[in-house]
Amino acid sequence: MSLFYFVAFLSVFFSLLVIFSKNPVHSVLYLILTFFTFTIHYFLLNAQFLGIVNFIVYMGAILVLFLYTLMLMNLNTETEPVKSNLLKIIGVIGGGCLLVTLIASLKISGNTEPVILRDPNLGLVKNLGKVLFHQFLLPFEVSSILLLSAMVGAVLLAKKES
Amino acid sequence: MELALVLEKFILVAIIFGISLVTAMYSTYAERKVAAFLQDRVGPNRAGPFGIFQPMADGAKMFMKEEIIPTQSSGLLFIVGPSLAILTACIGSAVIPWGQKLTIGSRVIDLQVTDINVGILYIFGVVSLGVYGIMIGGWASNNKYSLLGAIRAASQNISYEIAMGLSIIALLMLTGTLSLRQIAEQQHGFWSNGWFTWNVFRQPLGFIIFIICAFAETNRSPFDLPECETELVGGYHTEYSSMKLGFYLFAEYINMFISSAVMATLYFGGFNFPFMHHLGLSENLVTILGVVALFIKIIFFIFFFMWVRWTIPRFRYDQLMDLGWKVLIPLAIANIVLTGVFATIFK
Amino acid sequence: MESLTNKKKVLEAKPLNFWERAYLPAIAQGLSITIKHFFKKPVTIRYPEEKREFSENYRGLHSLKRDEEGRERCTACGLCALSCPAEAITMIAGERQPGEEKLYREEKYAAVYEINMLRCIFCGLCEEACPKEAIYLDGDIVPSDFLRKDFIYGKDKLVEAPLNQ
Repeated sequence: MSLFYFVAFLSVFFSLLVIFSKNPVHSVLYLILTFFTFTIHYFLLNAQFLGIVNFIVYMGAILVLFLYTLMLMNLNTETEPVKSNLLKIIGVIGGGCLLVTLIASLKISGNTEPVILRDPNLGLVKNLGKVLFHQFLLPFEVSSILLLSAMVGAVLLAKKES
Repeated sequence: MELALVLEKFILVAIIFGISLVTAMYSTYAERKVAAFLQDRVGPNRAGPFGIFQPMADGAKMFMKEEIIPTQSSGLLFIVGPSLAILTACIGSAVIPWGQKLTIGSRVIDLQVTDINVGILYIFGVVSLGVYGIMIGGWASNNKYSLLGAIRAASQNISYEIAMGLSIIALLMLTGTLSLRQIAEQQHGFWSNGWFTWNVFRQPLGFIIFIICAFAETNRSPFDLPECETELVGGYHTEYSSMKLGFYLFAEYINMFISSAVMATLYFGGFNFPFMHHLGLSENLVTILGVVALFIKIIFFIFFFMWVRWTIPRFRYDQLMDLGWKVLIPLAIANIVLTGVFATIFK
Repeated sequence: MESLTNKKKVLEAKPLNFWERAYLPAIAQGLSITIKHFFKKPVTIRYPEEKREFSENYRGLHSLKRDEEGRERCTACGLCALSCPAEAITMIAGERQPGEEKLYREEKYAAVYEINMLRCIFCGLCEEACPKEAIYLDGDIVPSDFLRKDFIYGKDKLVEAPLNQ
C-alpha cells in the first residue's frame, strides 16, 4: 500500500510540474514521467496488458509525436504571446469550476462501496481478450470502425495535397 | 520472496548485463574487422594479437577525452539523453529466455530474468522508449543538425514500429502466447510433424518484415538517417564528446545485440537446436548447448547487421518513409490475412 | 546534334519488373558479392614491418656520398642549392685544413649542409646538378616527426656512414 502512495504522490507531483514548467518541452517530458507512473499503477493493479499498452501507445508513440511537434515549434519565453488579464480571469473561473466538479464527484464516490475486483487476474492478456471478444464484442468492433474511419480520413487529407 | 531466488536472479542479471556490455564492446571491434574484411583490408591489428584489445583502448580513450558540454545546451537534459539511451538498451534483455532450466543439485535455475506473460510487448515498450534518449539528446544539444537527427529518429521509429507490430501479430496468431519462453519452447527441436518447427519457416514474410524493421529501429545502415554524416554532420550526437558519445554508440550496439536475440528467439528457435533430444545427452548439457546455440544465432545476426551495413547504401529519407508506410505496412497486413487463412485451413 | 564519335550509347530506361522492384534479389546479389570479398586476401601492406618494393629510380631520402677512400665528395659548390626549385638546400662552405685530407676529398667542403625535408619535393634536380656525384636520393621515405625543426636534416643525418666501420 505504501508503494501505491509513493507512486500516486509521484503522479501528482509530475502532473503539477507539467503545468508549472516554463518550457513546453520540459512539460512534455514531465508528462512522459506522469504516464510512466500510470503504467506502474496499472502493474500494481495486476493489469499487465493495459499497463504495457499504455506504455507503448502513450509513452512510446503519442508523446513522441508531442515532443516532435514541440521541438519543431521552438517555443520559448520570448515567443510566448502576452495574455490579457481578461483571459487570465476566464481561465481562473474555468479552472475553478472544474475543480469544484471534481471535488463534488469525489465526495459522492467516497460514499459508495469500494470497488472489489472479483477476479484479480482479469488484467492478464488471456482474460482481457476473452472479455473483449465475448462480453464486449460489439463496442470493441465499433471502436475499431472508428479508428478505421480516422485512418481513411487521414489518408484522404494526405492525398489532397498532391 | 526467498533470499536464494533474489540472489539467483541478481547473479543472472549481473551476468546478462556483463555479457551485453562485452558483446557491445566486441561488436565495435567486430564491426571494424568485418568492414575491413569485406573491403579486402586488415582492420585494427595493433592493440594485442589481431587487435583484440582494441575495444579496451577505445574505451580508455573515450574516458580520457575532454568532456564538452555546450554552454547553450540545456544542462541536465544533455546528460539525460545518453543515460536514457544506454538504460533502455540494457533493460530489454530482461525477458529474453537465454536457455532452458538448469538443475544444480536440487535447485532448478531458470535462465531468464523474468517470464512476464506480455514479454513481446515489454520488448516493444522498451524499443519505443529507446527513441527518447536520441530525441532528448538531440534537442538538448541546441544544434539544428542534432535536432534534425532527433526528429528523423523519432519519425522513423514510430513508422517502423507499426510494421514491426503487425508482423509480430501474425506470429502471435500461430503461437497463441505473448511469453517469449513459451514461444521458444514451441519451436522445440528442428523438425516435427512433417514440417520445421522454427517460426521462420512458418512466417517467412513476417520474418523479412521484422528484420527490416529491426534495422530501422536500431538505426542501423541502410536506415541510419538520424546520424547520416553526409547531411547532418553527426546527426543527434554531433555535440557529444567523451563517454557520452561512447554511450550513444554503445547503446546502438547493445540494441543490435538485443534485437538479434529477439529475432533468434522469435523466429529461429531461440535456445533450440536440431536433434537436441536425440543425442542422448544429459539435461544440463542440453541446456548449456542450447545457450551456446542461441549465442551462435545471435552472433550470426550481429554479423548480418554488419554485413548489410557494408553492402547497401543509405536510403533517402522519402524512400525510407515510402518503404515503411507504403510497402511494409500493407505487406504486414496481407501477411496477417494470409496467416489467418492458412491457420483456419490447416487447423 | 550528330555525334562526331560513335562512342555515344543510348540507354533506354525500361520499367522495372516485379523482382527488380521487390529489391530483395538485388540485395541478395550485393550481399553475395561482399561475402566473396570477406574470404579474399587483404591487399594491405603493413607498412613499418613490411615494405613495398621501391622501383629502381625511386627518389627517397638524400644521402651525401663518400668516395672509395671514405672521404666526403661534396665540395660545397652550391649547384644543388641553385638548382633546387623548392629552395630546400642551404650550406656553408669551409676550407680544408692540413691534416684533414682523409676526411674531405676537395680543398673546400661543406661545413654545414642542411636540407629542409618539408620543402623538398624530391624532384632529383640536385642529384642531376651535382658535378661531384656527391648527392643521391637513394634513401628511404622521410620518417614522420612532431616538430618542424626536426625536419631540417643536417650533415649528421645526410652523410653516409664512414667506410670500414
